[in-house]
Amino acid sequence: MLTLVRSSTARSSRSWILGIQQGCNYATEATFETKPFKLHRLENGPPTTVKITREEALQYYKDMQVIRRMETTAANLYKSKIIRGFCHLYSGQEAVAVGMEHAITKEDGVITAYRAHGWSYMRGVPVLGVLAELTGGRSGCAKGKGGSMHMYCKNFYGGNGIVGAQVPLGAGVALAMKYQGKKNVCLALYGDGAANQGQLFEAYNMAKLWDLPCIFVCENNGYGMGTSAARSSANTDYYTRGDSIPGIWIDAMDVLAVKSATEFSKQFVLKNGPILLEAATYRYHGHSMSDPGTSYRTREEVQEVRQNRDPIGLFKSRIISSALVTEDDLKPYAPGGMNRKKSFDHKWQLTAKNKKADACFLLVIQKIDNDIRQEVEEAAEKAKVDPELPLEDLYSDIYSQPPPNFVVRGSDPTVMVSVR
Amino acid sequence: MALPSKTLSAACRQFSLLCRRFVGTTAVRSVHFSYVPDTPDPKHGSTTRMNLFQSITSALDVCLGKDPTAVIFGEDVAFGGVFRCTVGLRDKYGEARVFNSPLSEQGIVAFGIGMAIAGSTAIAEIQFADYIFPAFDQLRNEAAMFRYRTGNQFDCGRLTVRAPCMAVGHGALYHSQSVEAFFGHCPGLKVVIPRGPIQAKGLLLSCIRDENPCIFFEPKILYRAAIEEVPTGDYELPLSKASVLLEGSDVTLIGWGTQVHVLREVAAMAQDKLNVSCELIDLCTILPWDKDTVLASAAKTGRVLISHEAPVTMGFGAELAATIQSECFLNLEAPIERVCGYDTPFPHVFEPFYMPDKWRCLEAVKRLVNF
Ligand SMILES: Cc1ncc(C[n+]2csc(CCOP(=O)(O)OP(=O)(O)O)c2C)c(N)n1
Ligand SMILES: [Mg+2]
Repeated sequence: MLTLVRSSTARSSRSWILGIQQGCNYATEATFETKPFKLHRLENGPPTTVKITREEALQYYKDMQVIRRMETTAANLYKSKIIRGFCHLYSGQEAVAVGMEHAITKEDGVITAYRAHGWSYMRGVPVLGVLAELTGGRSGCAKGKGGSMHMYCKNFYGGNGIVGAQVPLGAGVALAMKYQGKKNVCLALYGDGAANQGQLFEAYNMAKLWDLPCIFVCENNGYGMGTSAARSSANTDYYTRGDSIPGIWIDAMDVLAVKSATEFSKQFVLKNGPILLEAATYRYHGHSMSDPGTSYRTREEVQEVRQNRDPIGLFKSRIISSALVTEDDLKPYAPGGMNRKKSFDHKWQLTAKNKKADACFLLVIQKIDNDIRQEVEEAAEKAKVDPELPLEDLYSDIYSQPPPNFVVRGSDPTVMVSVR
Repeated sequence: MALPSKTLSAACRQFSLLCRRFVGTTAVRSVHFSYVPDTPDPKHGSTTRMNLFQSITSALDVCLGKDPTAVIFGEDVAFGGVFRCTVGLRDKYGEARVFNSPLSEQGIVAFGIGMAIAGSTAIAEIQFADYIFPAFDQLRNEAAMFRYRTGNQFDCGRLTVRAPCMAVGHGALYHSQSVEAFFGHCPGLKVVIPRGPIQAKGLLLSCIRDENPCIFFEPKILYRAAIEEVPTGDYELPLSKASVLLEGSDVTLIGWGTQVHVLREVAAMAQDKLNVSCELIDLCTILPWDKDTVLASAAKTGRVLISHEAPVTMGFGAELAATIQSECFLNLEAPIERVCGYDTPFPHVFEPFYMPDKWRCLEAVKRLVNF
């Protein structure tokens, strides 16, 4: 549902869209109804009405598209054997990272598992930093030493290969924030499969016991490798599994719902201790590049989500329709007592009048899409030829301040090396 | 920092690394050894061609068919598991006997121990050896000690834990580890690693039926790369018995799993290039290991090279070397050589450098004979 709160006839002079919009009138701000939340041990949930500006809308769209494009590129690099090993893609889940990042600050902490490319980008790793990490190049965000599962940047603690291990770490980050008197929170993300690891329950208990500013986030994409949530979990209402920890279920194909719930949660945990979010989402690719992803679910199921619930597609149609309408457009159809909502509804019956703005906006989106394609392609070309670290870095980063004359022992005297 | 001296072999590996990067689109990456199949023992009956994962399936099939108490569980095993080792077994034996467990290694092993002490044959799969550590406590403090601490009233000998191990060419930090030495420190456990399909089937059946909890590590690079004529019926191969694969007089080479095949090439190179005769031993069982075979060979040749992918410090080679030097001190002609992984995490792009490849092993053979 969309409500137009303010429309403007201002001819925007934003140069970053290169004047494509000349002659078009846009709303500068729109209010959307999010998909409804489900609550556990909470009287009041996050607001379901979200107001965003035009810039914000375009930014969210762009962020989700960059991630999608980056993952598609990674898949192609993998197929041509330039990326090797284990590679887990985030396509389908973009709205989670994008919605959450836009609800917190760079001083808040985030930790996740191995499906980390999208989060890395949102936390500040450039596309090249992600792709070069995948190809093992030195421009990678971990200098090529980690690979697909291990990406990091400031206040982004990765990037964890051991399923579930990151969750208590995230609670520990939250403990540090509380202890240091910061007004920051930590998001600890894990999957529906990981939700069954014992150490999560230990983390829930400690976080609640000490009222830590920790937002536990279960990214429920329906499957842990080939096992569906229903086959792995006695209780698939993951948002209730923190027991005494309040929880919120979010339709995480809706970036605005994610953002609203995260904003709410940040305030909540700073006052009340931990919360548990279940972000209901979907992964399009197989578990990793070696899994075609079709033996435990139907192609139709994937197709259905792509067509009807795709986070990018949904958001795109929403922002296009919100930007469609201007006061001018509506004027002829909103005489006298007709309120704006009603006049907006009228719009759906109109085609001719609206076509122009619609087409303009599509051009804006197309321009964004083209820019993204180019940006990601350039990064991919660089990543392909990005050199590895020199060989001595095989032996670096193991210890800091090793004892005097410390050598990393190989078995062959020619490769006994001292460390930096 | 002091740089490693650029030996020829390092230069070769650097070159291959570059090739991988820049010819990446066309280069077909091959395994770092050539596989020489074992020949089946005629007394084990008729055979069929199987790779290593199929021979595992065959062993499990035999077991489920004969032992009504046997169950198989682990992450995704109902669909065949990530390495296809349990394909078809759920359909054949039903969901009650071959089932997926939630993602919980500690739970998987602990449930297995519980089942085993109560009389079931429990065969648990841990998806990668790298992920066995959430269950380490259960294996070390429960499984290994159950018999001892109950004065033999209870034991979990009917537990077998299977896990893929070792390098695969691109596995990086968490899909490549060789973790056998951690368990070598746990009296009460048996630890077994096969070198190929025939061995895998016979040893796995022995592990399942052995009255002690066993950990069976399967070298994942061999799942498809190793193909042999495998007996289709039921047979067991003895645990704690090493195989002498090549007889020789000058140097003893000892390895297990994938490394056996690297060492086989080293033996051939040593013969060709150095005119050195190598005896090749596959240890097969890490714990309790076959001292007699190892010590007899060491006493004969007087020169020993031990090679494994795990880091050198406290790798299982350290235990072998210590025992050999104390038991065969007067027979030794040269200090025992260990060619192993480095004391680093298992690296991502630097895997070719980390691996104890045939060139590094050959250098060690030279040092042994020139000492
Ligand atoms: C301790 C551990 N056990 C098993 C694995 C292998 N593994 C990697 S991802 C995965 C499934 C995780 O599913 P989920 O938590 O739902 O995350 P998703 O892949 O859906 O993002 C498994 C079993 C692992 N990495 N670590
Ligand atoms: Mg999942």
